[in-house]
Amino acid sequence: MTRMRARLLMLHVLVLALLAVLAVRLWQVQVVRGQEFVTRATETRTRTVIVPAVRGQILDSSGRPLVRNKTALVVSVDRTQLSRMPDGGLAVLKKLSAVLGRPVKDLQQRIRPCGPGVGKPCWTGSPYQPVPLDEKVDTREALQILERQEEFPGVTAEIHSVRQYPGGRAGAQMLGYLQPVTEAELEKREGLKAAFSGVDLVGRDGLEYVYDQALRGKAGLRRVQVDRMGKPLGVEAQTTPVPGDHLVTSIDARVQAVVEKAVNKAMKNAPGADGGAGVVLDARTGRVVALASSPGYDPEIWAGGISARGYQWLMSEKSGKPLVSRAINGQFAPGSTFKVTSVTSMLRAGYPLKGTYTCPGSYTVGGRAFNNFRGIGLGTLTLHTALVKSCDTIFYRSSYEQYLKDGGRTPKKKPKEIFANVARQFGFGKPTGIDLPGESAGRIPDRAWKKNLWNQTSATNCERSRKGYPEVKDRARAEFLKRLALENCEEGFLLRPGDAANFSIGQGDVLVTPLQLARAYMALVSDGKVRSPRIGWAQVRPDGKVVKTIPVPVVGKLPLTEKERLYIKNALSQVAADGTAAGAFSGWPMDKIRVGGKTGTAEVWGKRDTSWFASFAPTKNPQYVVVAMISQGGMGGSTAAPAVREIYEGIYGIKQRAAVPGGRLTTKLPKFAPDGTVIRR
Amino acid sequence: MIARAVAVQRPSLFQRMAQENSTVRRLDGLMLVAVAGLCVIGTLLVWSSTRTWAPGSTGLVKKHLLNEALGLVVCGLVAMVDHRVMRAYAPLVFLLSLVGLGLVLTPLGATINGSHSWILLGGGFAVQPSEFSKVGLLLIIAMLLAQPSEGTDRPRGIDMALVLLAAGITIGLVMLQPDLGTGMVLAVIAASGLIIAGVRKRWIVLLALLSGAGVFAVIYFQMLEPYQVARFTAFVDPSVDPRGVGYNSTQSLIAIGSGQLLGKGLLGGGQTTGRFVPEQHTDFIFTVVGEEFGFLGSVTVVILLGIVLMRGLKIARECEDRFGTLVAGMIVCWFAFQTFVNVGMTIGIMPITGLPLPFVSYGGTATFANLIAVGLLQAIKVRRRTFT
Repeated sequence: MTRMRARLLMLHVLVLALLAVLAVRLWQVQVVRGQEFVTRATETRTRTVIVPAVRGQILDSSGRPLVRNKTALVVSVDRTQLSRMPDGGLAVLKKLSAVLGRPVKDLQQRIRPCGPGVGKPCWTGSPYQPVPLDEKVDTREALQILERQEEFPGVTAEIHSVRQYPGGRAGAQMLGYLQPVTEAELEKREGLKAAFSGVDLVGRDGLEYVYDQALRGKAGLRRVQVDRMGKPLGVEAQTTPVPGDHLVTSIDARVQAVVEKAVNKAMKNAPGADGGAGVVLDARTGRVVALASSPGYDPEIWAGGISARGYQWLMSEKSGKPLVSRAINGQFAPGSTFKVTSVTSMLRAGYPLKGTYTCPGSYTVGGRAFNNFRGIGLGTLTLHTALVKSCDTIFYRSSYEQYLKDGGRTPKKKPKEIFANVARQFGFGKPTGIDLPGESAGRIPDRAWKKNLWNQTSATNCERSRKGYPEVKDRARAEFLKRLALENCEEGFLLRPGDAANFSIGQGDVLVTPLQLARAYMALVSDGKVRSPRIGWAQVRPDGKVVKTIPVPVVGKLPLTEKERLYIKNALSQVAADGTAAGAFSGWPMDKIRVGGKTGTAEVWGKRDTSWFASFAPTKNPQYVVVAMISQGGMGGSTAAPAVREIYEGIYGIKQRAAVPGGRLTTKLPKFAPDGTVIRR
Repeated sequence: MIARAVAVQRPSLFQRMAQENSTVRRLDGLMLVAVAGLCVIGTLLVWSSTRTWAPGSTGLVKKHLLNEALGLVVCGLVAMVDHRVMRAYAPLVFLLSLVGLGLVLTPLGATINGSHSWILLGGGFAVQPSEFSKVGLLLIIAMLLAQPSEGTDRPRGIDMALVLLAAGITIGLVMLQPDLGTGMVLAVIAASGLIIAGVRKRWIVLLALLSGAGVFAVIYFQMLEPYQVARFTAFVDPSVDPRGVGYNSTQSLIAIGSGQLLGKGLLGGGQTTGRFVPEQHTDFIFTVVGEEFGFLGSVTVVILLGIVLMRGLKIARECEDRFGTLVAGMIVCWFAFQTFVNVGMTIGIMPITGLPLPFVSYGGTATFANLIAVGLLQAIKVRRRTFT
């Protein structure tokens, strides 16, 4: 028995040791490393789901929605769950494709994660977030999926809110669109990568982009407790989302519709036209009433993720690149509409306002003849008539004279460059600063610009001047190109006399956007102040409280005295009545609503003319500045001016119901009821 | 009045229990308290871990309570039997356990959870003969080794051979199911019996070497099921297959670790509620202890088991006959091994083996077997003084 007792004692020690090992290890796991496992437990046990905030609406000046939300049944697919299936979820996708009536391949593409070498369509969001596949399912389809969950593991149909555009294509480029936020953007925005889900949308263009922060509100987070199969058991914690503010704009939805229609019609009537824009500004405030660009597109194409074909189509030449807003990105030579700056330049250069000037059919600049339109001389004119009849030679001459004063081909150390500088004071050559992204600056081709360009291109030009253009078949043309290259190589840094002449009538290298032109005319016909136009008018909380009114900043002043400004305005007031736009406005009730303006027909090398009409009405105390531009549209008087006439007809209700009854724009923000709905007046 | 007078004169049941050398007074109370505590904890945890099977249900609690109640009755009955009587019946018990194991291999056997170790009794009840075979084997071993060779206190060679034979047959039948965990417990029982009985060290070493060679052969000739090998691989490196076999060990570590010092409270364990650890009411019930009762609760369970083991060892040491000592010692080794392996696998220091935690895990046959063993210990304790 002693031996047994001894061995039992050993056993005793062994058992105690094993128990001690357990206790020590438990201490280590639960107390020392406890926090680590708490974190890991939370990770495995909970899923953080982003509860998107309801995005604010974009409203027009009387509270009509330009962009609103609608609830839609959205079918989403959980990729993680599919990937755990033996066939990678192919069977489920096949069944889903039968219900949704879309090819399996299409669905597969939509749920694959984006990455290097994987282009759209693909999922830019978090791999753990269900991928929305279809935002246009009807109730019947959704029920098919929800009622047979066992056949559709990993597929859900939920109610989401999606953007809706009551105006259809109207103002699509201006409104912009939403896309799922990328991980990098979210990190930049909120500094928290963890909250990234992929269901969050972010404004990618237009007002949705600029006012994204106000519109999007603050997303809520919901931590859902799940079991090991991923089945939700309950909500552990939740922060409620804060809905976004509404953006009230100065856009008038009805005017916008009129402008869209007029521009589209003008494009249709001008064969070969490849783009058009219409801008309507409130001449009294500098706010934008309508901003249209053609060709347009239906922004609903973005809803639920764009398809590969849809995206390619938007980017293609064939569709006319409808994502590009011609109103702020279309850069064209302004033609005669630019003469208002040239007149101003003449005044600043000392030419008398009340003087008379001869308008010959042709004027020789630097050894080359520059012609009037169709080479017809108009006799001796005042500046007033020069604008109304759109004489060119008067401006060639004055601009050339200033060019020579600056030293001509051998410029003075500090050339005055009056014409270019005045144009800049009209706001050309730099973005207007409108509340839209990616606006173009236009171009004022002065001496510095020439030099810059030459620095960049002289190497190629000089090489071409030696080697010629052997690849060009037409020998005469190849010869011409070679001479041009030589000229550019040798003196491309110089502003040539021809450049100066062309500039004065808005031809050559000068480029403006329709919006720039509209705001220059607005300054001219209102109070001489150059403003940075605004579309956004106010940010309003969903409960109706105005958070912020967006001011229209004044960014400059025209270099004109009040007398001079009224003189030019007065001249422009006659264009539609008996000037170059008289044809387009024949039969217009000038006695009731007098329309002023200036036509422009800008030559584009190798293409048809750009058609312009910049206008304002009524001429006494103007309310509207309307600019229409049709690229490759032909004469200003025959394409753009009729479009502008149609816009005024719509606004004032000639032959139809007035878009703006009485022609007077509202000066008060729409009123909201406490529930966020707009009180109709 | 007469009846009353009689009643007053005779000592009541409680009075008799309170007498100095009554059976009840000589029971090991501390061990029983520990076992009861473990059973109560087990019941709570079975509730916590199975209530989520269906909404509003209490899971397997009622069945578990029934099992425990029956087990306690059996325990009491066994405790009343003189253990020397048991010695006489040991061969019968052993043979019965072999028959049970054999029946499993006939069409009467059923497969539950991948292990073909059940006999269905109908009415939702089933028995696992391999659990009873632990009792059967340890009784026959104790019987064989109780008689030392002439003039020494070492067992006879023939008895050792018979022990190895009995153990071999039992383990073989269990491994046919296959049930590696129980097989290992049986091996531990046999080994501990030999060691406690005083077998020479050289024999122990030789047997150890032989079993080592056997294990090597089993692995080398791929006689184990692939999942059993995978469990060992995953134990060495859980990251090999975190979704597959490594999943259990990772998830149970997370559940236990997240309990921290004080635990999340009964029914408060998110990992338990989400059923992230498979088999959390049986083999992995310790993860529920760890998560819901924290370090303090875990250590309490370990201490309660430790009390059972320590009291068992005390009974073994204080018993005057070899049979009693051997039975008690082997029971302690059985419980100790199962406790260490079960708790150890949930905290990542032992490979995953299908062994329940004594007195805590859900499982009828195991509960019976464990409580029978407790009854045996009590029986040995109660009667030890008869000889002194």
